[in-house]
Amino acid sequence: MIMATYSLNINGTSHEVDVAPGTSLLWVLREHLGLTGTKYGCGIAQCGTCTIHVDGNPVRACILQVDTMAKGQQIKTIEGLSEKGDHPVQQAWITAQAPQCGYCQSGQIMQAAALLETNPNPSREEIKSYMNGVLCRCGTYLRILKAIEMAKEQTSKTS
Amino acid sequence: MGRRQFLKSSGGVALFITASGLLPNILSCTDSKGVERQLTKHDVTAWVRITEDGQITIYNPAAEMGQGSMTSLPLVFAEEMDADWSKVHVEFSPQEADIYGSPGWQPGTKLMFTVGSRTTNSYYSVMRKAGAQARYVLLHSAAAHWQVPITELSTGPSEVIHEKSDKKIGYGALVAYLAMPETLPDFSESGLKDPKDFRLIGSQIPRTEIPEKVDGSALFAIDLRLPDMVYGVLERGALHGATPTLTNEEDILAMEGVLKVVPFDYAIGVVANTLEAALSAKKALAIQWGDAQAKGFNSQEIYPTYAKMASAPEKGKTVNELGDVDRAWRTAAKTYEADFKNDYVYHAQMEPLNAIVQVAQDGQSAEVWVGSQQGPDTKLGIPGLLGIPHEAVKVNLQYLGGGFGRRSMNDFVVECGSLAQAMAPQPVKLVWTREDDVTYGCFRPLTLQRLKVSTDAQGTLTGFSHCVVGDGGNLVASGAGNDHYAIPNQWVEWREASHGVRLKHWRSVGHGPNKFAIEAMLDEVAHNQGVDPIALRRKLMVNATRALATLEKVAEISDWNAPLPEGRAKGVAFVEHGSLGTGVCEISVDRTSGTIKVHRFWIALDAGVVIQPDNVKAQMEGGVIMGISSVLKEQITVVNGQVQQRNYNDYQLLRMQEVPDSIETVILSSAEHPEGVGETATPMVAGAIANAFLRLTGKRLRHLPFTPERVLAVLNS
Repeated sequence: MIMATYSLNINGTSHEVDVAPGTSLLWVLREHLGLTGTKYGCGIAQCGTCTIHVDGNPVRACILQVDTMAKGQQIKTIEGLSEKGDHPVQQAWITAQAPQCGYCQSGQIMQAAALLETNPNPSREEIKSYMNGVLCRCGTYLRILKAIEMAKEQTSKTS
Repeated sequence: MGRRQFLKSSGGVALFITASGLLPNILSCTDSKGVERQLTKHDVTAWVRITEDGQITIYNPAAEMGQGSMTSLPLVFAEEMDADWSKVHVEFSPQEADIYGSPGWQPGTKLMFTVGSRTTNSYYSVMRKAGAQARYVLLHSAAAHWQVPITELSTGPSEVIHEKSDKKIGYGALVAYLAMPETLPDFSESGLKDPKDFRLIGSQIPRTEIPEKVDGSALFAIDLRLPDMVYGVLERGALHGATPTLTNEEDILAMEGVLKVVPFDYAIGVVANTLEAALSAKKALAIQWGDAQAKGFNSQEIYPTYAKMASAPEKGKTVNELGDVDRAWRTAAKTYEADFKNDYVYHAQMEPLNAIVQVAQDGQSAEVWVGSQQGPDTKLGIPGLLGIPHEAVKVNLQYLGGGFGRRSMNDFVVECGSLAQAMAPQPVKLVWTREDDVTYGCFRPLTLQRLKVSTDAQGTLTGFSHCVVGDGGNLVASGAGNDHYAIPNQWVEWREASHGVRLKHWRSVGHGPNKFAIEAMLDEVAHNQGVDPIALRRKLMVNATRALATLEKVAEISDWNAPLPEGRAKGVAFVEHGSLGTGVCEISVDRTSGTIKVHRFWIALDAGVVIQPDNVKAQMEGGVIMGISSVLKEQITVVNGQVQQRNYNDYQLLRMQEVPDSIETVILSSAEHPEGVGETATPMVAGAIANAFLRLTGKRLRHLPFTPERVLAVLNS
């Protein structure tokens, strides 16, 4: 296993990492760069806990290999979603008191933020469908729904 | 003054804390700067620290796993201290039960253990008293400063007031004049605030840790990185307890980044300098597995054996006995008998198990970073593993990415301790993969429950017996009892099976399967008698006023008697788990696929005094969702001793598209002592769904989970 250097564009900053080819982007983010807001839950893209944005699209970091992500793509993690944790989705999350244990919430928030980027006025069923890939064991789904609906209102008011 | 407790602070200052745990006096320290630093922190008591700017730090002694202890316990303290909540910052307390424990299970003992929904219940009086004592220190200090009698002083939010002279001083300003009284009053209930004067308890207070949980900065143990840290993983058998023989150790040690192979009785551990290297090595391990007790065990074929055990003439271990059920059977006008079953379920907390342990070079001390539900050993098994004193281990509690009972056991902490011992003094982060977490899980036991009910000529229940067959003692027996139903003759027994499959408390423990069986059985009687299920329970709750109030309230808010659209039905179930709650659900069934859909859920709850009403509602919502998930979908199966599931692809949880439209909770007002709420909703769900299904289809669901295949089989029977 030979190490290689990769240059990744994360949250608007270029990061160089020396890792083995094929290393999961999730381990690079968390263990090499300390961007631990993105969580490990399953490693097989079943739980959505590691959801990040690549060029604006919500994807699961656990199944992305670092080699394929060093081609200039814009990678965004929860740490880069907003300057002060005040993205409309994050604000709505606080108002709705959505998290319990909180472990899945970065993934939920990144998925929800991507939804409102592509569809600023989703129906309840569209929200459910879009959010279906992100698991929450504490059972906060109804508050997540409420938060997204609140963020949607907020976004449409300000836009 | 009684026994003294030595406490090391993070600043390296030696504090002696008296037996009451409340009067710290700086006694000695080799580091004079440390003493200065400590002095500037201005401890008022072991529970709280105040700085000149009025900032207040309150220590939370309980684990925070989403249930809100990081807010609720400090809030109770702040209420009695009369603190300005906007100035309060919360930190975890040190893991020292003598100081920070709540009353344990034996009289006179103390315990730090976030299990059994005991946190608010067991700490309510502790935190009130400690908060009142902190307020007393501040009053005493102001009295000395102003040279007035303490009895003339009162407090408002974070200030001491002397009305006579119209003087006020903020808690922060008082820091300069802090004076410790010789003794502190041992506040009894009468010295505490009148609940009608509460300004914090019972109001809508946002949870303290939510902002950091939405910007990604909240730290779970799995997120920590220490200097020189290395990574550990273990390969454990799908046959629990099987002994491994590693056949390619040299190849593994030759792999890039691999530092050490550490054998365990039941696993092979690998330590490497990166997580990915450790995981690559784990995949490459060639292990021959020996046999274990579970070999030959097939979980889905065990039920006929259990049924035979339930029929055997020898009784099992008595769990509860009231009156004489045999007499009830002899004099019965009618008897009912049914078997209920439940398969294994897995905790599935979103953060896989993990820990970081650092053992000193000489092996004589250690430090642990972990998300744990704590335990009778607050140092989580590390002193025993290393053969060192309790105080030589420091535990840094982190947020838990879910607990649900799984993190109330120390297996993963001790595993990490063993790796760290081998790597001392380098810290080791042990990570369980999701596959490890599922396959080597500790499950809620599989059981069979034989229920028998007798009625007299008027249809009144006269006898109720409940025989639980399964592995795990209280894990299967909890909740098998009917204290709130006026049934004169009752008998509960446990008949023991043992299979070598790892088991553990799972949110609400035996209450899940047992309340399902009890509540479903009651509806089978109601159905047979043509009696309304609420009416049947109303009659049974004749002596249980508080339980009855939850029944009446939920009937009201769910509009129980209102006509429903075609294809819908409602079902009801009552649960006691500290707090008392009755739940109603509304369901429909897709008769082609066998899929049950829960459309709405209502709960009426009596939890005594409620600290954070919105958080209690969140616990009801989460409890119902976890209940629906486990009741409709979740199933661990074992074939020839091997756990068959590996990850979320074959252990399915409820997802967003499957949630009900609404979960509505009404909290009944009460001045009684607070009761736990974390495990009251989950065990309502199975009974409520089965009872709705019976009213909708006339058919009985008696085996958890109600998978589409099972539902179709029942519909077609």
